[in-house]
Amino acid sequence: MKSLAELKAIREKAKDSVIMRHENPNNIRVVVGMATCGIAAGARPVLQAFLEEVQKRGLDNVIVTQTGCIGLCRLEPIVEVYVPGQEKVTYVKMTPDKVGKVVANHIVNGAVVDEYTIGSAQ
Amino acid sequence: MELYRAHVLICGGTGCTSSGSAKLIEAMERELKNNGLEHEVKVVKTGCFGLCALGPVMIVYPEGCFYSHITEEDIPEIVSEHLVKGRIVTRLLYQETVHPEDNTIRSLNHTKFYEKQMRVALRNCGVINPENIEEYIAVDGYEALGRVLTQMTPEETIDVVSRSGLRGRGGAGFPTGKKWSFAAASPGPVKYVCCNADEGDPGAFMDRSVLEGDPHAVIEAMAIAGYAIGAHQGYIYVRAEYPIAIHRLEIAIKQAREYGFLGKNIFDSGFDFDIELRFGAGAFVCGEETALMTSIEGHRGEPRVRPPFPAVKGLFGKPTVLNNVETYANIPQIFVKGPEWFASIGTEKSHGTKVFALVGKITNTGLVEIPMGTTLREIIEDIGGGIPNGKKFKAAQTGGPSGGCIPASLIDTPIDYDNLIAIGSMMGSGGLIVMDEDTCMVDIAKFFLEFTVDESCGKCTACRVGTRRLLEMLEKITSGNATMDDLAEMEELCYYIKENSLCGLGQTAPNPVLSTLRYFRDEYEAHIKEKRCPAGVCKKLIGYEIIADNCKGCTACARVCPVGAISGEVKKPHSIDKTKCIKCGACIEKCKFSAIVKK
Repeated sequence: MKSLAELKAIREKAKDSVIMRHENPNNIRVVVGMATCGIAAGARPVLQAFLEEVQKRGLDNVIVTQTGCIGLCRLEPIVEVYVPGQEKVTYVKMTPDKVGKVVANHIVNGAVVDEYTIGSAQ
Repeated sequence: MELYRAHVLICGGTGCTSSGSAKLIEAMERELKNNGLEHEVKVVKTGCFGLCALGPVMIVYPEGCFYSHITEEDIPEIVSEHLVKGRIVTRLLYQETVHPEDNTIRSLNHTKFYEKQMRVALRNCGVINPENIEEYIAVDGYEALGRVLTQMTPEETIDVVSRSGLRGRGGAGFPTGKKWSFAAASPGPVKYVCCNADEGDPGAFMDRSVLEGDPHAVIEAMAIAGYAIGAHQGYIYVRAEYPIAIHRLEIAIKQAREYGFLGKNIFDSGFDFDIELRFGAGAFVCGEETALMTSIEGHRGEPRVRPPFPAVKGLFGKPTVLNNVETYANIPQIFVKGPEWFASIGTEKSHGTKVFALVGKITNTGLVEIPMGTTLREIIEDIGGGIPNGKKFKAAQTGGPSGGCIPASLIDTPIDYDNLIAIGSMMGSGGLIVMDEDTCMVDIAKFFLEFTVDESCGKCTACRVGTRRLLEMLEKITSGNATMDDLAEMEELCYYIKENSLCGLGQTAPNPVLSTLRYFRDEYEAHIKEKRCPAGVCKKLIGYEIIADNCKGCTACARVCPVGAISGEVKKPHSIDKTKCIKCGACIEKCKFSAIVKK
């Protein structure tokens, strides 16, 4: 160990590994429906795609988690995005290809991807 | 580094390990693999969460779900329900974390157990993986050492510790800054830094938990102390009975060397420092500072005369700083957050927090850290969850065999060093034993005396013979053979031992007797004058009787009695033969009709 800067570099790198354990109400939550219906419709690759995308961009204010069936099995895989202080947005019939756009437009830049939402599907 | 979507934190402290957490970790890892989740969910073995009574315990993030009393059979359910499908396994949740109205989950920090706590020394216990130095670095680890070595002089370093008002957490409460400045002022090229991890009080496990949960904090603080006084070698004296703590310390020291936090030219400052472990064989007296150093030197662990104090002539005859584990665990935070922050916590003369091992007749057995000045009532009723089985609080023992008891009448005393001394107890290292109305205070004094008789090193006659005589007098009282003259003689002997012993062990050994005499003299007198034990504990003074009116003649008691002392016809009242009865109490537990009483 030679300097505080070197220590800081290690800390920045290691921070991601523990940040989840500090409960922060300001985090954006991405919730993937992972009941039997969701998994059968392909929710697993969607969840993995979110994890990869979040990691690639180094977003430390986003948590990716999962939930059970919300009752709309025909529209699975369903992903709900909760931005603190805003109404939740529900994306339906998600695929790994669509994930990049949701992360870039919605999570990073705050613009909901209307074409994937439940509103445009119905 | 891989990004995980969930972290499963499983307690790997001694409490949860003995209730089987190591097997849970294996089972969890196996089950995750079976479900193909091993790259999505991270399993972390942490130090003690503090709620040992609920062990084994586990927290799942990001939800912050706190599962308690988990068995291996629960693991597949947690994985398939919670980690795959996102459905929380509510039956395993700690009830306090479930909101009573809408069943939502509250953060563990909002439960009564944690709400009044403030975690400084324990801040990383149960949060990070103690076997991974990068997790410690991620929570500002080694920042304090870096700043001290690159930006401060040794004098400034000591000044920060002095201004924080930190006092020794081993029990006596000597100002840490002052201790360091004495050692720094002692001339000589060779000095030492020692850590006292020889935690020996019955019922105390604060230091063990810090070492198991956050070993790097102690290592970092010792390196800071080394820089402050001009020492290049540190020793941690830890008891061999703490295998998990030793294992994690060894890993931590190795990692600290690899990362260059120990070794030569740390932070390019020209400062060298390294640490070695020394194992104690479990002698209580080795927790006394001079005996501890004698033991490190390779001699029999016996105390020596002070002065000269260790700061002048300590280990191997060189100036030495010796602090307790918890004292060190506070140091890095003082540098990261500033001495003013630390000084703002607590009472006027006792700053910061104190860790207590909360044990005895209490609902939430475990590890708690409170700001100085918190009252005993808050610790017992709010954090501790009160006394189980609707019993009444009688007294609490602090300071272990060197301390004294705090009676129920003083339950609102704010806890700090000076208040505890004023009421005849002491802070001690932090064992807090809660006693209810079923505890006999004479018996408790006898228990602690048995301990000191065993642990007296034998060097001073006053302690070696005196404690033995004292114990014999207590035995005389609890067997109903004592007179009031014995009581007066016993008190005199207490002061004699205190005044004529060399080290802290002998000087404090009579404290449990003196403090119970001070607050519970009536119990001693009941034993002597009425030959009666008010709490119904002292076997020689109690007898069992069957109330004929309540007895249904079910024969349950007669069948359970190990010595055949109970006889009687079926469906007719039984009776106990007092000459055969060994007073084991098995019959009382078995009787469904409250027909058996202790008298």
